[in-house]
Amino acid sequence: MAPATRLEYRNVTMRFADAAGRVLTAVAGVSLALADREVVSLIGPSGCGKSTLLNIGAGLYSPSEGAAFVDGEKVEGPNAQVAVMLQKDLLLPWRTVAENVMLGAEIQGQARTQRQRRAHELLEGFELAEFAGRYPHELSGGMRQRVALARTLAVDPNVLLLDEPFSAVDAQTRMVLQRDLARTLERAGKTALLITHDLLEAVTLSDRVLVMSRRPGRIIDEMSIDLPRRDDPLARRREPKVNDYVARLMDRLHIGDSALEAQAAGGNA
Amino acid sequence: MNARLFRVPPGTGASLALLVAFLAAWEWGPGLLNVPTYIVPPLSQVAKESVRMWQVNHLLMHTGITAAEVLAGFVLGSLLGAFIGYLLGMSPATEVALSPYILALQIAPKVAFAPLFILWMGFSVYPKILVAVLIVFFPVLVNVLTAIRTVDPDLINLARSFKATRTQVFWKIEFPASIPALFAGLRIGSTLAVVGVVVGEFVGGNLGLGFLLTFGEGQADTPMVFVSIVLLTVIGSLAYLAVVMTEQRVLHYLPARDHRL
Repeated sequence: MAPATRLEYRNVTMRFADAAGRVLTAVAGVSLALADREVVSLIGPSGCGKSTLLNIGAGLYSPSEGAAFVDGEKVEGPNAQVAVMLQKDLLLPWRTVAENVMLGAEIQGQARTQRQRRAHELLEGFELAEFAGRYPHELSGGMRQRVALARTLAVDPNVLLLDEPFSAVDAQTRMVLQRDLARTLERAGKTALLITHDLLEAVTLSDRVLVMSRRPGRIIDEMSIDLPRRDDPLARRREPKVNDYVARLMDRLHIGDSALEAQAAGGNA
Repeated sequence: MNARLFRVPPGTGASLALLVAFLAAWEWGPGLLNVPTYIVPPLSQVAKESVRMWQVNHLLMHTGITAAEVLAGFVLGSLLGAFIGYLLGMSPATEVALSPYILALQIAPKVAFAPLFILWMGFSVYPKILVAVLIVFFPVLVNVLTAIRTVDPDLINLARSFKATRTQVFWKIEFPASIPALFAGLRIGSTLAVVGVVVGEFVGGNLGLGFLLTFGEGQADTPMVFVSIVLLTVIGSLAYLAVVMTEQRVLHYLPARDHRL
């Protein structure tokens, strides 16, 4: 039986020392839980600690207080149940597309024939089979991002942590990639935490959207998305209710409030 | 896609014309400008001298010895530089501990060590190889170290998120990521190896092109000096070309580059 909660943050606080030695609190007392197969988006202003939360979930950072749990087990380090995908595709230029897809499986010691079959299946599913032997520089940005998604799925994680995965591609490619991701998550029954700046992306891809405050990041709002077809964000985009959700998120993030716009224009942290 | 058609790049004709103009200027320029042949011997005299040296001075043997020393110095210096570069790259503490001494070794003029090495090792090939090793070592080390230090930390985190061990991070990410920089260091090293060997040959012994060069100087045999310089250039060029060809094979996965030096 699948556990009810796949990924959980319990009272997570993260402090860093900045270059001048001052202590910065990136996230403060964040608690959240993702049910099995749930897709949750996390939105918030730049520098609110979204990526920090993701790195804690991946076991790359240890929180100052609190802890993250995957399938009820405390995250003490990188974990085979969790896989990460970033805005940068991070494809290795010296590996072919298929070899890039197999990277994680290879590190985890999967047998060669098994990981080759898995890579082939995934590439087939993303209509990239004919590019298996090509090198990353021969691919377009959208194709590269799909290869990165295939690499994330190749280790068959239960939980996907996605940090603005499509923010570096053009708007039309992004819509197609969003659809591919949504279908994949639905079909494979994965649980996912998606960090995004794109409010429409958050609404059309998720079961639930969490809003974070400026630093120190706290969760200040939670919104269940009551729309059909989570596997088809293109269809969801046409739903009139989407506009209401986006409007509410804009209000919560104070978008358009001039004092905050300068900060919103700052870099992602 | 990317059909590899053989084509002559633009500028090839001009390059060949420059060669012909240079050779012509060498042959007839000194005569036209009334430069004595013991200052600048024309091309034909240098060619004639090379035939004479081949017959009388064992030119082939001297060239072979210099080439072998260059090869040995380059290979050993590169291996040492790469090894220490990776070692320091993997361990920042080692870098802190060793970098002042490595830097001091680089700043010390290594050619000045040549007489010392002759005192230690005699008139053999070893002091020449050792000077070359010391000169080649540093550019390879610095390139490798910089490459390891500048690997995108997100790539390393990606590997770590798949539960990669330190060794796996090195062999799957850091080492392959450093290869382009390693080759940049090897290119520099391949030309510097010739300098190290020639300096060693200047200082002691009676073998190699560096010896022939000083011998020619002592005899006021300018053509002999020219022949030696030309052959040293040929050895350096072949070493450089070998590195570039290896690089193109190894780095086949990179988009084709246009630079030619």
